[in-house]
Amino acid sequence: MTRYDAIVVGAGHNGLTSAAFLARAGLRVLVLERNPYIGGATVSRELHPGWIYSNCSYVCSLLRPEIYRSLDLGRHGLQIVPYGGGVTFTRDGDVLGGYVDKEVKRREIARYSARDADAYLRYGRDVMRQCRLVRSLLMRTPPDPTSWRPRDLAELLHVAREFGKLGEAGIYDTIRFYTMSIADYLGEYFESDVVKANFAGSGIIGTALGVQSPGTAYVLLHHYMGDVDGQAGAWGFARGGMGAVSRALAGALRSHGGEVRVDAPVARIRVRGGRVVGVALENGDEFEAPVVLSALDPKRTFLGLFDASDLDARLVKCARDFKIRGSSGKLNIALDGLPSFPALGPGHPLLAGDMHFLDSLERFELAYDDWKRGTWSKDPYLDLLMPTMTDPTMAPPGKHFMSVFVQYVPHRLQGREWTDADRDAFRRTVFAQISRYSPDFEKLVVHAEVRTPQELEAEVGLTEGNIFQGELTFDQLLFNRPFPGFAQYRGPFRGMYLCGAGSHPGGGVMAAPGANAAREVLRDLRRRATVPEGWSDD
Amino acid sequence: MSSSRGHYTQVVHTTPFHSRTARANVLNVWHRWRDHTVADAYFDVSLEYTALRNACAVFDISPMTKHRISGPDALEYLNRLVTRDVARIRPGRVGYCVWCDDRGQVIDDGTLFHVEPGVYRLCSQERQLDWLSRSALGFDVAIREETEEVAALALQGPTSCAVLRALGLSGVESLVPFAMRSYAFAGGELLVSRTGFTGDLGYELWTGNAQAEALWDALFEAGRLHGIRPMGTHALEMARIEAGFIQAGVDFLPADRAVRTDRTRSPFELDLAWLVDFAKPNFTGRRALLEEERRGPRFRLVRLDVEGNKPAKDAYVYDDRRNVIGAVTSALWSPMAKASIALASVRMPWGRPTDELWAEIYYQKELKWSRLNARCRVVTGPFYAPERRRQTPPADF
Repeated sequence: MTRYDAIVVGAGHNGLTSAAFLARAGLRVLVLERNPYIGGATVSRELHPGWIYSNCSYVCSLLRPEIYRSLDLGRHGLQIVPYGGGVTFTRDGDVLGGYVDKEVKRREIARYSARDADAYLRYGRDVMRQCRLVRSLLMRTPPDPTSWRPRDLAELLHVAREFGKLGEAGIYDTIRFYTMSIADYLGEYFESDVVKANFAGSGIIGTALGVQSPGTAYVLLHHYMGDVDGQAGAWGFARGGMGAVSRALAGALRSHGGEVRVDAPVARIRVRGGRVVGVALENGDEFEAPVVLSALDPKRTFLGLFDASDLDARLVKCARDFKIRGSSGKLNIALDGLPSFPALGPGHPLLAGDMHFLDSLERFELAYDDWKRGTWSKDPYLDLLMPTMTDPTMAPPGKHFMSVFVQYVPHRLQGREWTDADRDAFRRTVFAQISRYSPDFEKLVVHAEVRTPQELEAEVGLTEGNIFQGELTFDQLLFNRPFPGFAQYRGPFRGMYLCGAGSHPGGGVMAAPGANAAREVLRDLRRRATVPEGWSDD
Repeated sequence: MSSSRGHYTQVVHTTPFHSRTARANVLNVWHRWRDHTVADAYFDVSLEYTALRNACAVFDISPMTKHRISGPDALEYLNRLVTRDVARIRPGRVGYCVWCDDRGQVIDDGTLFHVEPGVYRLCSQERQLDWLSRSALGFDVAIREETEEVAALALQGPTSCAVLRALGLSGVESLVPFAMRSYAFAGGELLVSRTGFTGDLGYELWTGNAQAEALWDALFEAGRLHGIRPMGTHALEMARIEAGFIQAGVDFLPADRAVRTDRTRSPFELDLAWLVDFAKPNFTGRRALLEEERRGPRFRLVRLDVEGNKPAKDAYVYDDRRNVIGAVTSALWSPMAKASIALASVRMPWGRPTDELWAEIYYQKELKWSRLNARCRVVTGPFYAPERRRQTPPADF
């Protein structure tokens, strides 16, 4: 049987989420994945015997609890474990610890500036105000501001109402917030450069912009708007690695009768008479369905799965212009034991947290300068974690897995492809930075996987290796994501939908784009609504 | 403030009186006042409360936020900060103040001590360094948080003056309410102010950390024949509600902490109109408050005498047509008023003395929950205000 009610292209977490909600509504659903494993960038694999690597996404906070609950992901094996804070190492051998306890955090910031310690409360308040606004939009389809349809008007009204809740001053603040640089934004609160650097990383992760670039303040929000069980802004691990998220979603999908096929790369979405009729695989196999969702990024979807002649010229141009620049890489490292970080000392609770090594905004900007010149940062921003400090399932007892997110890393090196020698030089750059703060780190390394944007693109399928399926800048958000006219998850043909992070509300292991897309499909099919609305914060 | 890197190993600090409060705290019940541990109760809450109203009780207020403000522009700066006229708080005097944001919403309330000419101490519930510093732009002032440098006790109750005299503080009886005087004590300074959070006769004693234990010991020795007891936060909470005093984070949300901007209150909405002086020089929030005075406030803080004997904790407040018009923020059974009393915030125009209001009270006896709609009477003024709180010189008991 090759006929389905709906086919999803790509078994990343968003594709699986869409599929699970559609299956739950009673549709016969097939998910096609080109890799021999599911998960896309939400994956964990045993890449060194005994070590499980979360080798793309590595932490979890944004995954919408509404989806978690609604798809019963706990029953399908998912457990999110908070890891409790983080730390910025300074060049003079000190640290700025991001402790979870408010008072400890305050005292820690006060070691750098007593005033900043108090200002942190104001900063937290203002970021939370923006979080509340954006959270209220996550599990909704963005309204089309040019439409007079009752639903768009109602949704616009909803946005206006949420906006209005911020009060007059809050509305002005919001407009500024969406357009400011993270450096300017932090400058309105903090005087200590170390304190600013400690918060700046969230503004540039996954984004090909520097801390001085307008638009980076919003990116910060994208890392604060999640929570772990109501603890806003907290991050955690999926027990067993990020693959546990995909496995749970696939479990939910199967429990509703859905199917997943791996090793099944889709070559084309087939269109006849202005509507989709199914897909063709690279091996020539064909599957029929009146509904096809693409979880691939918009560029790959429109430029890869269709003939240009099938699409209008403007759409092809939009897809080409879509900003999806690769800016980050990853090192995944198996360690023979726990490396020491003398600035923290043995047994320090923040050894389980996220570690950062840039202690000034200037270093951030210099790191970006390298990227602009087409090479990786010589003094990069790292987001380093050892999930094995928290999760006992990822390495043998006493051994550790280290996940090192690295920014900035270009998709191509001054226009040419990465070579093995480049990759090794890049690895050495990262090792050198870690070793400055952990002298015994390097001798504990038993295996390291180096991933540049080139590998992310080749293996996961993310164009240019951009982890968010498109940059999270204001020109590509809300009703402009991925491009004007296509923000409501519907493609250019009847039955064709976008369900990946290239659509609202964007990247991160959030699953909201997948859920929202499924809601639109079910609405068009006049089927039972299975996708939850967002929960109120009030 | 501990500035060592290892501070995280001791999350909660002890106050300078801890060796004494720990010995007295035979119940071993404590709670966390931000980053300090303080006693909730020592032996028996009702005895502690009774000591306060009948003899005297000692409460450790060391964790209260304290800022020292000085410099050539200190007066001008403070006058721009708070809503009342600081020029009228002369050296040696204390003034209760509120300060607002630009929208006229209350950030916090506190007491401003004019310690010596041009030098002030501001005591508050919430930390204020960020707001105080931002407000200082354009002024020549020095602002320093001194919370952890000052050890402080509140000595409150009818025999408190007698105890201080027994301690040898000559002339302390001549202190009028909101006056203060400095004494030499145990090689340091002891500042005595006739202030408190109980609505009773009482004093607050401010000294250096090094003098803290000596002060505690001397006080209890001097008070031995005057019924002195240590008192925890539970007893203090009873007294402050009886006195009708509001508390930040309980009866109002500090404006600079509010994520939801409609949750804050203006001074008018907290029954603090008497603190707003439009005749004095400009202050932050003045324009907004003038506008509010013209348009009228949105809310009213009311003191309620609730029918029956059940505390109206967390109760919704209804009008006589069963519409929700507000909620109780603080409530208890008052031993002095022999009444169930409450502070509540209600929407305008309700809360007039003639309004018939109702509180929806949920309470349980032996795990069985019951609901009660209790009629409430709006009370003007505090629930308990003994004459002795103003009397100078105070009587011996």
